[in-house]
Amino acid sequence: MKLRELVKKFNLEVKCAADRLDRKIEGGYVSDLLSDVIANGRAGDAWVTLQVHQNIVGVASLKDLAAIIIINGRQPEENTIEKAENEGIPIMVSKMSAFELVAGLCSAGISGTR
Amino acid sequence: MWGSEVTPNVKAPKIRELGYELKVREAMDKNMITIGPDISMNRLRGTLRSNRISGIPVTEDGKLIGVICVEDLVNWLMAGARDCLVEEKMSKDVATLFDDEPLIHAINKFEQYGYFHFPVLDRSSGDLAGIITREGIIRSLLKRLEIDYREEEIRHYRASHVFEDMFADKTSLTFQYCVVGQDFNRAGESASALKKTLKRLEIHPEIARRVAIAVYEAEMNVVIFARGGEITAEVDPNQIRIKVEDSGPGIPDIEKAMRPGYSTAPDWVRELGFGAGMGLDNIKKCVDEMNITSTVGKGTHLEMSVAIKKESVSYEVKGTG
Repeated sequence: MKLRELVKKFNLEVKCAADRLDRKIEGGYVSDLLSDVIANGRAGDAWVTLQVHQNIVGVASLKDLAAIIIINGRQPEENTIEKAENEGIPIMVSKMSAFELVAGLCSAGISGTR
Repeated sequence: MWGSEVTPNVKAPKIRELGYELKVREAMDKNMITIGPDISMNRLRGTLRSNRISGIPVTEDGKLIGVICVEDLVNWLMAGARDCLVEEKMSKDVATLFDDEPLIHAINKFEQYGYFHFPVLDRSSGDLAGIITREGIIRSLLKRLEIDYREEEIRHYRASHVFEDMFADKTSLTFQYCVVGQDFNRAGESASALKKTLKRLEIHPEIARRVAIAVYEAEMNVVIFARGGEITAEVDPNQIRIKVEDSGPGIPDIEKAMRPGYSTAPDWVRELGFGAGMGLDNIKKCVDEMNITSTVGKGTHLEMSVAIKKESVSYEVKGTG
C-alpha cells in the first residue's frame, strides 16, 4: 500500500513532505521509545507514535522509515515539521488511539513482521 | 508527469545564473569579417554570399560606423541594384553591446530586437571588439556547463577516492563533533553529520547506517547524562574507529548498564522517548568492537570500531523483544 492510499483510508492529516506520499509502506512499527525504534524499526515502516518532538525525525531518517503517524490527534511541534520537511519524512496525524489505528492498519494488510 | 520532469519549474535555472556569470566577450566571435564604408555594394554581395553570413559590421579605423545586412542588400537589389557604396545603404543607428556586459543582457537584447547578431564594442576604447550571435551564446553556455560538470565530477571522484589519492603508508581522516549536554533540540546532529560525511566518502550504506546508529545512541547518552562531550571518528580504508568522551557522572556498574532495559535516565527524559535502557545494547549490536571505561564523577570514555569490508554486508540490528 502506498502512503497516499493510507492517508485517504484512515483520514490522516498530512503535516509535511506531501510530495513523498508515493512511497510504498513495507510494514509497521509502534513505539514511543526512540531507542526501541532504532533497534526494531525497519526501512519502509510506518511508525506509529505519540512523540511529537523533533528527535522523531532523526530516528525516522536514521532508519529510513516511510512515515511517522502521530496518534490521538496530537500535533507535532513546529520545528519537528520543519525538520521533517527538510529531511523529506512525511508526518501524518490520526485522531485515533494507537490501539485503534494499529488494528486498522493490520486489517488493511500492513504487517508488523516481514 | 514526464514533461514536468524534463522542464522543471525552476524560477532561477542554472542557465540563467550562468547568464549573469559569463560576459559578452566570452561568447562573441573576435575573428569576424568587417568591411570598410567605401566598398561597393556589388563587392558586398560577393562577400555575404561566399561567407554565408547575414550581416557585416562596417568599420573605419577600428570604429564601428554601421552594419550592413542581407535585408539591406535585398532592398538595394529590388531598387534596381544601381552600384553605390556600402556607406549609403548601411544602417547607421546600430544596437550594440559592450564586451564586459553580462551575457544575460545579450540574451535579453536578442529577445527584444529579434536580430541575429549584435556588434560588440570594447568599453574603454569604443572600438569594435567582436560580434555576438545566438549560436555563440549557446556555444559559450554549453562550454561553461561542460566545465562546471567536469569540476563536479572531479570533486565527486576526489571525495570517494581520497584514500587512493594520498601518498602515505597509512592514511586516515578524522572528524570531530562537539555535543552539548541537555540540548535535545540539537541531539542527533553529530550522528547525522557523520552519516552524511561517510556517504560522501562512499562508505557502504550498511556500514554508514551501523556507525550512525551507534553514534546516535552514544550522542544521546552524552546529551542525557553529561554536560557535554566530544565525538571523534577516525576513518581509514579498513575501519571506522569512534571515540566518545564526556565529562558526565560516569557509570558505576558498566555490566548492569549494558543490560537491555536497564536505565538510570530521569523521568522527564523518558517522557521524551529516550532513556529506554537500550542505547548501549543497540551500540553493541551495530559495532564490531566496543569498549567502555568510566570513572564515577569524572566521565565516560567509549571506544568502538566498525570494519569496512569491500563486499556488500548485510547486518540488520535485531531487537531484544
